Amino acid sequence: MTAAFALLDTQRLVHLSTIDLAIIVFYFVLVLAIGFYLKEQANTGEDFFMAGREMTAWIAGLSFLSANLGSLELMGWAGASYQYGILAAHWYWIGAIPAMLFLALVMMPFYYISKTHSVPGYLKLRFGEPSRALSSVSFAFMTVLMSGINMYSMALVLKIVLGWNIHFSILVSSITVAIYVALGGLRSAIFNEVLQFILIWAGALLIPILGLVETGGWSGLKARIATNASAEYTHLWGTLGHFKDNPMGIHWTGIVFGLGAIISMGYWTTDFLVVQRVLSAKDLRAAKMAPIIGAAFKMMVPFIVILPGLLGIALLDTKLVGETQAIATGGHSYNEVLPLMLARYCGPGLLGLGITALIAGFMSGMAGNVSAFTTVWTYDIYRALIKKDASDHHYVNMGRWSTVVGVGISIGTAYLVMDFKSIMDYVQALFSFFIAPLFATVLLGMLWKRATPAGGFWGLLSGTGSSVGMWAWVKVDPSALRYVALSPYARDMAENMYRALWSCLVCAFVTVVVSLATKPRPDAELKGLVYGVTEIPSETYVSTLHRPWFWAVVVGTIFVILNIIFW
Amino acid sequence: MKTGGSLSIWFFIGISLLVNGLLICGAGVYEFFHPPLKQVVLYHLHANIWWGGILAAIGAAYCVYFAPGKGRV
Repeated sequence: MTAAFALLDTQRLVHLSTIDLAIIVFYFVLVLAIGFYLKEQANTGEDFFMAGREMTAWIAGLSFLSANLGSLELMGWAGASYQYGILAAHWYWIGAIPAMLFLALVMMPFYYISKTHSVPGYLKLRFGEPSRALSSVSFAFMTVLMSGINMYSMALVLKIVLGWNIHFSILVSSITVAIYVALGGLRSAIFNEVLQFILIWAGALLIPILGLVETGGWSGLKARIATNASAEYTHLWGTLGHFKDNPMGIHWTGIVFGLGAIISMGYWTTDFLVVQRVLSAKDLRAAKMAPIIGAAFKMMVPFIVILPGLLGIALLDTKLVGETQAIATGGHSYNEVLPLMLARYCGPGLLGLGITALIAGFMSGMAGNVSAFTTVWTYDIYRALIKKDASDHHYVNMGRWSTVVGVGISIGTAYLVMDFKSIMDYVQALFSFFIAPLFATVLLGMLWKRATPAGGFWGLLSGTGSSVGMWAWVKVDPSALRYVALSPYARDMAENMYRALWSCLVCAFVTVVVSLATKPRPDAELKGLVYGVTEIPSETYVSTLHRPWFWAVVVGTIFVILNIIFW
Repeated sequence: MKTGGSLSIWFFIGISLLVNGLLICGAGVYEFFHPPLKQVVLYHLHANIWWGGILAAIGAAYCVYFAPGKGRV
């Protein structure tokens, strides 16, 4: 380890003491220990890929949320809140809570009762092999790319913040993730995600607490932001009446219909990276409660991500700038606001815990991508298209090897991103290509029994194709933005929102038209897959306090109140 | 019902919080008696002492409550 740390560079944002390094090393030792400990519980396919389907609602719910707390989440959204103000909180509230509650109450019963092991697996049951092949290949491609981008982002942050060598960071983190996921499978990934979730809170919570002490509370913070920037930075909805009135260049329709109704619904209900965690729940009630527990904690994440960005506007002497300008001038970029606030308040020990929180966030995102890739590759591509009749033991071994290979491909992607930095700009676009249309396909599949296999396949293909087409249209002719995003003033974020909306609508339209023109499957074949022909188990035997809908109403009410308070 | 063998995930979390809390609190106590030349903002609040203490206390409680053999998951 001494030799490894000799690779560290001298230029850095913060300096770690011995105690800080001890905390970081202890974290790596603990996650590996969990992987080795859980190896004995990952012998069958059900154990390795589905964590034995025996997770409690709390473990599945925290893991569901933690898998999402990846690299772009912590650093990126803290930077976004410095840049755009409290508008960034939309991605945590309207951009997450309704979708998570919808998953819990409406979609989870069909995923769970069908006993599918993946989202592409559900498409196979509902629409047949072509739809599964299309969604599994696009998901596998997207996942390894996202994993590589996660890895690169982490290495970049560790280089900027700690001065660590970028190759050293990529190798240590990826080998650690590969070992604990390959050994313990999904269970190991989930256990580590819960641990990482706790460490993220333990390491990051002190920044907003001390920041609010320094500013004299929320009213003091707002007053300082009004002086240093603009009072608009603390309004969630008040400035969304026109594209030009807010720093994000977005209209409220883009937030409500693009983000709230399509992108977040697509991500939280059909992205297998997060849905896989909920499928590991021990029974249907736990599977429904898990996203609701996740939603309750998701509502609080802005406290440790958005608030530090706002505190940065109020308290930092240095003016943060965009990445390109920061490189040109040697200044600090928006994305460095979280480590800058960490360095402001955290002495020895606390700094180590804060950096551990950042590393934990990166690793949970990476492990989430890798374990989801492994399941989709093994069950939906390898078993479905390459080797159909192998033993369970064979598929577990394939799962372990595909974990290692998946991490290897991710490392390659990380270096690709390093050489072609514009790929980073395409991440959000990639998401709208595959996830937004998938939401329409899965939703129609679950709620409309008339939807046919041909309708599902052609709808998904045309939705994805239209999204790629709109993206290419704006790239070739930037003035097309006025048609795609409804305004020439719209910016990248708004364009992504509207493109997702249109591609979802195209997918739904084609699915409906083709379905009406083709022969539907008999009701008997749709049992357990579609609303109207599936018997949902009654929950009358449990008390109100244990019913998912009760807690969904509680979370939904707090969500509405928060939006009104910060209007 | 098991969620990963005889050791609960909450036990691992207890260990993590306990060890980190003790290290942070210890560093804070050392800093209290040997104040650094370059101090962080709000140094006088000695956040590492009380925050480390809180983490260690929560960690210890988890270690005891979810100790191996108690059957809690």
